[in-house]
Amino acid sequence: MSTTLETGRGRGQQPPAPPPAPPSPPSGGALRRSADWARRAPLLPALVFTIVVTQLPFVVTLIVSFMDWNAYYPDERGFAGFGNYASVLTDVNMRRAILVTVILTAVVVLVSLLLGMGIALLLDRQFRGRGVVRTMMITPFLIVPVAAALLWKHALFNPEYGLLNGTLTAIWRLFGSDDAPQPDWITMAPLISVEVALIWQWTPFMMLILLAGLQSRPLDVIEAARIDGASAWQIFRYMTFPHLRRYLELGGLLGAIYIVQNFDAVFTITSGGLGTANLPYVIYQTFYQAHDYGRASAAGVVVVIGTIVIATLALRTVSTLFQEENAR
Amino acid sequence: MSSVTDVAPVPATRTPEGTPRRPRKPRSGALLGLLAWLIGFLFVVPVLWMVLTSFHSEEDAATNPPSLFAPLTTEGYQSFFGVGAGTSPWPALANSLTASVVSTIIVLLLAIPAAYALSIKPVRKWTDVMFFFLSTRMLPIVAGLLPIYLFAQWSGLLDNIWLLIVLYTAMNLPIAVWMMRSFLAEVPVEILEAASMDGAGLLLTLRSVVAPIVLPGIAATSLICFIFSWNELLLARTLTGTVAGTAPVYLTGFVTSQGLFLAQVCAASFVVSLPVLIAGFAAQDKLVQGLSLGAVK
Repeated sequence: MSTTLETGRGRGQQPPAPPPAPPSPPSGGALRRSADWARRAPLLPALVFTIVVTQLPFVVTLIVSFMDWNAYYPDERGFAGFGNYASVLTDVNMRRAILVTVILTAVVVLVSLLLGMGIALLLDRQFRGRGVVRTMMITPFLIVPVAAALLWKHALFNPEYGLLNGTLTAIWRLFGSDDAPQPDWITMAPLISVEVALIWQWTPFMMLILLAGLQSRPLDVIEAARIDGASAWQIFRYMTFPHLRRYLELGGLLGAIYIVQNFDAVFTITSGGLGTANLPYVIYQTFYQAHDYGRASAAGVVVVIGTIVIATLALRTVSTLFQEENAR
Repeated sequence: MSSVTDVAPVPATRTPEGTPRRPRKPRSGALLGLLAWLIGFLFVVPVLWMVLTSFHSEEDAATNPPSLFAPLTTEGYQSFFGVGAGTSPWPALANSLTASVVSTIIVLLLAIPAAYALSIKPVRKWTDVMFFFLSTRMLPIVAGLLPIYLFAQWSGLLDNIWLLIVLYTAMNLPIAVWMMRSFLAEVPVEILEAASMDGAGLLLTLRSVVAPIVLPGIAATSLICFIFSWNELLLARTLTGTVAGTAPVYLTGFVTSQGLFLAQVCAASFVVSLPVLIAGFAAQDKLVQGLSLGAVK
């Protein structure tokens, strides 16, 4: 948000005659204005559509968040002040949901970034079948999220016939033992189960962004450093990593924006049970099952505030990359 | 771990400056290549397992240890397309297809002119407009869900596929604008201007200069928008029911276990994911650009 404002102000300070616009007509006021509108015309449908469909609902959410409004008690509708926010921030379930959202997002983003970076570094080298490995790595990201969650829940984590316990049994049998451990993964570690499924899906995303970053390195400079006797670690620490930093930020922030919103995995794997309900799931429940519109809206506003913090950072990173791209 | 880190520095300390360290390369290179293969394989195993299980009978699918070499059958697919979960999946698949394809077409119709006004003949403050679009993609859908639901209830659009189409269009428009802009920015403007001077050259220019740059961009953009729409669950789950329910909503019918149904779940998951797999592999080279909202090429 602030990025937008800053660039806006920066542009506004320029002298009124537009220096960069290439074919600017001799600026008689009306003529220029109509030329401006001719330029804007192709943009307007998309802009108006986006404002109506994405911005209006948030305004309504903001208003409802200050109201007492439960569809089960239609007569008690009225102004609630900060009552909904107070109950969102003091309610045990809501606080738990906020905590779960933070943990889930942080763990999934960090682990998939680390894994993604390791794999991107491996894939940045020449070896036989590199294209095949890259394709294999992308595959988890191309499974519909609900299907991926079903796959982990039923085909992999299931304590009786899931692949994980099946593999344990097979390994133990190999050594002539019949009492292989058969943990009930989801009951034992519900949040970790959700995280594992999400990490599996998001590591390819991070890997793709970081690989693109690695491949945009100035290779001649690195070659020069190698000839000058820099060790592999030195090259990574002082050349590759600083170059990758912005891509790490971009991957992390975009990943965080998507995973904060995650609903599919929590809904499918644990149905929000066993202490895994995150904010999107709780909001869905509060509004869709409990019909407490006021509280659901207040919780929604809390998510938006959290997201704006991440999004502002993300926009700044994108903006830096974007300016470099255009300066080239 | 420690052995790996120990091995690496040893030759480095031995080598004086300037000496090429060729002898180390092949061995460790082959090992790292092998490691890459191993990790790639681990990541793809769940998918392979899903496909294999979907072709097993329910009895063979639910064994422990897993039966890798059980006879193959299409029973899972038969029960999925038959009466497996109580209702036929075809309407859901058709709804997903409608919602994804129609919204993608509308996205393109809105995004291409917008991208034109942001690159070839840019409006003033075009970067601000770009970042406005981007910021709308970053706001969580769940926070706008209630007003959208109330509006749908009020207007009678609940369980109507057109509501999803409009919402998916709004969801994908920022990505499409960013992607299309980055493609259009590659069009050489001088050639366009020269061509518009002599009218006869314009069509030729469009076909020989603009199309080769822009068409692959349109293809990649549509595939990525298609994937995002096809995958979406929260909006579809909240706003549709028996009539307009999409494929992911249909899949949520498998959340609770129902006896022996693993082969059927795997068949269902694979069938629903197949369009995304195809679109994703087709757009492989442009996938990063779309996912990073055009920030990375």
